[in-house]
Amino acid sequence: MLGLYVHRESPVHALPAGAKLLVLFGAAAVVLLSRSPWLLGGAVAGSALLFALARLPLRAVVEQVRPLLLIAAVFFAMQAALDSLEAGLVTVGRFLALVLLATLVTLTTRVSDMVETLERALAWLRPLGVNAGKVSLMLALTIRLVPVLLAQAQEIRMAQRARGVERSAVALLVPLMVKTLRMADDLAHALEARGYDPR
Amino acid sequence: MIELREVSHSFGERPVLSDVTLTLAERRIGVVGANGSGKSTFARLLNGLLLPGRGAVLVDGIDTRRDARAVRRRVGFVFQDPDVQIVYPTVEEDLAFGLKNLRLDKAEVARRVDAALDRFGLAAQRRQSAHVLSGGEKQLLAIAGVLAMEPATVVFDEPTTLLDLRNRRRIAAAIRDLPQQAIVVTHDLDLLADFDRVVALDEGRVLADGPPAAVIDAYVRRMG
Repeated sequence: MLGLYVHRESPVHALPAGAKLLVLFGAAAVVLLSRSPWLLGGAVAGSALLFALARLPLRAVVEQVRPLLLIAAVFFAMQAALDSLEAGLVTVGRFLALVLLATLVTLTTRVSDMVETLERALAWLRPLGVNAGKVSLMLALTIRLVPVLLAQAQEIRMAQRARGVERSAVALLVPLMVKTLRMADDLAHALEARGYDPR
Repeated sequence: MIELREVSHSFGERPVLSDVTLTLAERRIGVVGANGSGKSTFARLLNGLLLPGRGAVLVDGIDTRRDARAVRRRVGFVFQDPDVQIVYPTVEEDLAFGLKNLRLDKAEVARRVDAALDRFGLAAQRRQSAHVLSGGEKQLLAIAGVLAMEPATVVFDEPTTLLDLRNRRRIAAAIRDLPQQAIVVTHDLDLLADFDRVVALDEGRVLADGPPAAVIDAYVRRMG
């Protein structure tokens, strides 16, 4: 779901970020309210067609979607075993349609466009103390830093393995947290140095 | 021009800089020192990221304590690890970040982004994720992001420490070609050979200050 923007000349890319987010929220409402496996199956197929329309490279799509298929399989098995086959199909249909559409939006929309849209959309909440700029920056930083933190976690895990520790949550989480906090400090300095004004 | 007047700084009980008075006016200035000598604190004082515990830092006559924002417009800062400096996921979006903070109009932002991409050879990667760039390219992007804001001075905090020889050379060439004043904190003594001036710090004090050869010689002797 946190896929990164992939540039292509396509009608999906050309749509304004606001329109894509509105369609995403509208589709989410329909998908969550529906209990029809046929409609949900159609939504999944429609989402897959939109990927083709967006001319996204198959590899990028597969990378994003593969982990979701495993989760969907677990959801389906649980629902089918505990409730019914139809309930399993409904749950998986909802899940796949939503994550496919969300992935499509993130793969076809530049983060800066999404941030600008979010800033405009949240501007009216300023009197209530909501700082739209801060919320938008948080979104941008989250998308930017997820791969950085994953790479750091991998590096720490390798260092632990080199020292003979195969699996230990504490051995992974403690250095990762220390690194992350230090990074957060430097990042705050970097934002200041680049002229960011949270007001 | 940057002036430090009797600057001292501590972290808790631990003094990091003691009574440093310097005027930094040359185009290329290097700062060397052992780990813990106060180099990074020194660098962060120059653009108001840190405010001095005692004394004053003045940039073109502006006290960093009085108007740190105005100071940061004049003095850019490049960090050792570009991953903490790159804010947006793609190359061109990140270049635009600092420019938008300057409240420039869209056309000017686009013009400066294009110019920075061309200047640093990053045009082909403009829509790529910053995460997939090499270490050298990330550092070039971090430098480009700062230079696009057109500061009068750029402070580099160990810009080549994490890089291989090839990328160190790329960054050294980028620094050499800057039209701005550059103040470079580094352990890379070769980088400083053709600089105008080098300052060596030791335990928070100025150990030596002058032409590169003499200062580096004094520093190397001190390090034993």
